[in-house]
Amino acid sequence: MSWLFQLLQAALVLAVAPLLTGFVRVLKARLLGRQGPPLLQPYRDLLRLLRKDPVIADNASWLFRGAPYLGFALIWLGACLIPTFSSRIGLGATADFIALMGILAGARFVQALAGLDVGTAFGGIGSSRDMMIGALAEPAVLMVIFTVSLLTHTTSLPLISEFMQTGSVGLRVSLALALIALVMVAIAENARIPVDNPATHLELTMVHEAMVLEYSGRHLALIEATAMLKLVLYLSLIAAIFVPFGMATGTGPAGAIALGLATWVGKLAAGGALLAVFETSIAKMRVFRVSEFLGGALLLGLLATIYLYVTRAL
Amino acid sequence: MLTAVFTAALALLALGAGGAALRRHTLVYSGSAAACAVAFLAALLWLLGSGGEPEHLVLPVGLPWLPVHLRLDALAAFFLLLVDGLGLLASIYALGYGRHEEEPGRVLPFYPAFLAGMNFALLADDAFSFLVAWEFMSLASWLLVLASHRQPETRRAAYIYLVMAAFGTMALILAFGVLAGPEGGYSFEQMRQRPDALWPATLVAFLVLVGAGSKAGLAPLHVWLPLAHPAAPSHVSALMSGAMTKVAVYVIIRILFELVDTVVWWWGLVFLLVGGGSALVGVLFAVVQRDLKTLLASSTIENLGIVIAAVGLAIAFKANGLPLLGAMALVAGLFHALNHAVFKGLLFLGAGAVLVATGTRDLERLGGLIHRMPYTALVFLVGCAAIAAIPPLNGFASEWLIFQSVIEGAVLPQWSLQFAVPVVGALVALSAALALAAFVRAFGIAFLGRPRAAETAAAREVEATMRMPMGVLAGLAILLGLVPGLALTVIGPVIEALFGTVAISAAAGRFLWLVPPGRLDVAYSGFGLFAAGAVLLALTIAAVKRVSRRKPRRSAPWDCGFPDPHPATQYSAAGFAQPIRRVFADSVFRAVERVDMPAPGEQRSARLEVRFEDRAWTLIYAPIARAVGTVTERLNVLQFLTIRRNLSLMFGALVLLLAIIAVLR
Repeated sequence: MSWLFQLLQAALVLAVAPLLTGFVRVLKARLLGRQGPPLLQPYRDLLRLLRKDPVIADNASWLFRGAPYLGFALIWLGACLIPTFSSRIGLGATADFIALMGILAGARFVQALAGLDVGTAFGGIGSSRDMMIGALAEPAVLMVIFTVSLLTHTTSLPLISEFMQTGSVGLRVSLALALIALVMVAIAENARIPVDNPATHLELTMVHEAMVLEYSGRHLALIEATAMLKLVLYLSLIAAIFVPFGMATGTGPAGAIALGLATWVGKLAAGGALLAVFETSIAKMRVFRVSEFLGGALLLGLLATIYLYVTRAL
Repeated sequence: MLTAVFTAALALLALGAGGAALRRHTLVYSGSAAACAVAFLAALLWLLGSGGEPEHLVLPVGLPWLPVHLRLDALAAFFLLLVDGLGLLASIYALGYGRHEEEPGRVLPFYPAFLAGMNFALLADDAFSFLVAWEFMSLASWLLVLASHRQPETRRAAYIYLVMAAFGTMALILAFGVLAGPEGGYSFEQMRQRPDALWPATLVAFLVLVGAGSKAGLAPLHVWLPLAHPAAPSHVSALMSGAMTKVAVYVIIRILFELVDTVVWWWGLVFLLVGGGSALVGVLFAVVQRDLKTLLASSTIENLGIVIAAVGLAIAFKANGLPLLGAMALVAGLFHALNHAVFKGLLFLGAGAVLVATGTRDLERLGGLIHRMPYTALVFLVGCAAIAAIPPLNGFASEWLIFQSVIEGAVLPQWSLQFAVPVVGALVALSAALALAAFVRAFGIAFLGRPRAAETAAAREVEATMRMPMGVLAGLAILLGLVPGLALTVIGPVIEALFGTVAISAAAGRFLWLVPPGRLDVAYSGFGLFAAGAVLLALTIAAVKRVSRRKPRRSAPWDCGFPDPHPATQYSAAGFAQPIRRVFADSVFRAVERVDMPAPGEQRSARLEVRFEDRAWTLIYAPIARAVGTVTERLNVLQFLTIRRNLSLMFGALVLLLAIIAVLR
């Protein structure tokens, strides 16, 4: 049964990802007083890109062509490891929260290398800045992992969700700090304002877009889909740890599963709405302020962990 | 089995002596490979089949009151696997690499001697023969560092290395002196039996940390390592970084977990902080290095820091009566040591291949090698991914265990450890993330993009004898990640001998899984992840193929509409490191960026100058060197005294010494 859920989840995250991105775009447009694109526009964009001729630079290697596939598969794998509507997922025992971070680091590794492959200035600037962001974001997430696993006594994501669902942890200062840290990292990792701007093509401010500038056709479609999937991944992760309520914990009954599905979609929508409001209410940072932003996330995570260690000793 | 290893080591010694006369690199390197293969197999068979009973051998040579004791036990056998396994592959590699050696007479005699020194250091079972072997290893590697002695920076590196090695050995001599006690029991067996009081034991712990730590490159004793390791020929660099630093780890474990019978929790605190600090310092220097081999050497400091942090955690657990968790932390440390030997060996051999093919190790002159050296590029990529802790490779498996041990550190009762453990966890996490940046930079600048110099554009793939060992190491990096049970099988006997328990067993059905002791809920399976990822990747490719049938078209790079064919328009190694250098600039490097922008109309070109330095130099070493200089300058006067004054000075010294004895008696 858990493998059936796993398959369902793998399909669901894929189906929902462009919708979520479309939803955030529409909402942002409305908040700015614009009409905005149709809700389903991202699906059309992906399909259009898939049908186009991919153009590859003369000196691109196999790594350049393989990276979009590998990056997409890694983010998809990561999204499969997070409990969404049910905590009974087949891959739950294979990898824990730390392994999830490893997989995300792998996706970053692949994409940053692809940015350097053609040997253009834009690819390099994107990869280099992405590495700086990753160097601070990754340890911040690890601090969140420490905090959460100290509270729940496990690093297994399904068990974290089940434990947090019982409510026995209560309201904790550490948990709030960890939540803030994870949200900050999620904003940076998804190339969102104020760290990066998904809509920009101004070289002084961009990170992710610069890195993938050389891509076109189906490769670009895969990279866009990866970015959409990553947003679902991070929102699901935050939901699974901090608001797992409504998630089914058994293999039945059907009502519980349906409730799990409905609450998951609701959480994604709420997360997307919050993101849209946040993005429209804040300005983009200078690139070298990003280190302060993420350094803050790292310190918050560390503070959360140390606070827990100390209060446990009392 | 002990005799087999001993004979192999003797054969290496003989090869070294003969190498000076033979001057035939094929003979010396194939002989070294054969001897290493024998020692490797003997150690492996011993670990798998002996049941853990140590073998002893007492030779009728040595000091009159202390013949040479040799012993093969689980700990020695595990490290023999590392040293001789890497030695075997490096020797095969050198069959090809040695042909490009400028002065083979400066490498051939010392290479087998270096291997023999490491083997004897691991086999020795008394302080005297250990120290002789240790010094032998140090001096042989020093001579190998001097192989290209015509470059002044190599001579400087070798000089600094010699000073640091002598300093480290001095600390170890003192440590063994304290361990032997007033009655002078210099064999390890006597040290095992002698109970240790608290303060002498503490003194030993810190002398070992300083003595072996300087060889392992722990901060702040690391300054020699990024100078000396890259200066040697590449197969020797691989052995120095991959194997010799592990001999230092061996000494630390041998003394602190076996010869000393008391452990105190705050030793663990010191080890944790030193390890975490070394990890961060090492990786930060790796991020900014311009020389490919120096980059790899700096990253050795990082990885050894992580191993030492795990050892510190094991000490803290053991001192608090938690042997199971201590065993787990030590498993993590040993596993990481093994993994580091694999991927750092691979990367140094790869750097050597780049050096042979292009004649340079300067990142700013490399580029585009993935087209010219496809095989080396692929295995180097595997090494980079492994060292950057990307699942499912081996580097991630050991770091996963280390992070699990750090999380378990919450049970430690002491306040200071409660603070230190998460901080060190954050330091290790930060180093892992920075290692990712460092190795994306190393691979991306050297192998991707366009060649930055003419000789790089003309590079060719290296010969098969050099490719094969790299392929084996890359295969091992993948295999140990997918099947961590293989590593746990050889680590198990070590842990059983030291802790009397096996923390993470590789029993049937658990070969593919890593599970912390006493846990049912937390697990990691590299193979499971790999299989799931492979399925998803296949699905992705199949789905995209169905929708998108167009053939890709080749054209000039887009580059926002302004592509420039000049290779200097690519991102440079310095430029790639700039954001990270800026973030950490003030605190670690004291980096100074000076922009010299000519006024409009001037003819000269603009210049950007970036300087950074290791603060350990300016804060610790420079003052010491100055003080030594001043003191010797003052004492120099004594050399030019008249004979009358000289004699009266000696008389005065004699009276003083006699007076001291009279007072003390």
